[in-house]
Amino acid sequence: MDLPWTLILFYVFATVLTISALGVITVKNSVHAALLLVLCFFTTSALWLLLQAEFLAVALVLVYVGAVMVLFLFVVMMLDIKVEPLREGFIRYLPVGLIVAVVMLVEMLALMGVKSMTAVTAPADPAGASNTAWLGNALFTQFLLPFEIAAVILTVAVIAAVMLTLRHRGNTKYQNPSKQVAVHARDRVRIVKMASVPASTPGPVEKTP
Amino acid sequence: MITLAHYIVLSTIVFCISVAGIFINRKNMIVLLMAIELMLLSVNMNFVAFSRFLGDASGQVFVFFILTVAAAESAIGLAILVVLFRNRATINVGELDSMKG
Repeated sequence: MDLPWTLILFYVFATVLTISALGVITVKNSVHAALLLVLCFFTTSALWLLLQAEFLAVALVLVYVGAVMVLFLFVVMMLDIKVEPLREGFIRYLPVGLIVAVVMLVEMLALMGVKSMTAVTAPADPAGASNTAWLGNALFTQFLLPFEIAAVILTVAVIAAVMLTLRHRGNTKYQNPSKQVAVHARDRVRIVKMASVPASTPGPVEKTP
Repeated sequence: MITLAHYIVLSTIVFCISVAGIFINRKNMIVLLMAIELMLLSVNMNFVAFSRFLGDASGQVFVFFILTVAAAESAIGLAILVVLFRNRATINVGELDSMKG
């Protein structure tokens, strides 16, 4: 009998995801937490590959591991943070956090009726050959306006992030692009017509017309 | 065979872990932001699983939008964090009490 490889892979990835998520919230060093979160995203991307959602799996790695987590690591390393005061209350709030999490888990699993969903197995891949084409068809026909709004949101986020962290120091020298663009050539260069003079004369004598 | 329940249970577990993370790391704003990212990740996993098992592309399109908005949110959140650290020299949530009356 052949082993159910996808199921084994699912359990391996699920274990790694759970352990690294527990690590994110418990490790002392924020850099380690960020790196464990990278592991979380990577494992989730593998799980999405098991679901045949290839485009989103690759996008998760590109956007999250490549951009967002690098930003996180950059900020964590740039800020000189003393860890000790941030850890106070860790032990004090641990019981209440555990109780809330466990109660929520039990309630959610009871509400969703997991038993009824164990019968649901995957239908044939609706995407057909290309998940990306399937997703793109939906995105550019049915969801075109939200797609463009997402682009606007990203632009606003870029401008907001730059404007928030921009600061003007007094003594820096910088160029003013609007002044640079506004000049004309005739303001900068003055062409003076001069008559040529013989070389024997001691200096150039400007002849007034 | 992997069923829908596997993915639902896994994403519920991850969501509850991140809720517990918000409770026990309530002083460290960076870990709070990371817990929020983890929550969004678990919700995204639900969306992808349902999209696959129901054969509907809308779920994956929504994951696409959630990724976009989450990236914008974390960029602005970290920018606010940098400005906060520059002004107050701390990111301890317990010390951010300047608006207290």
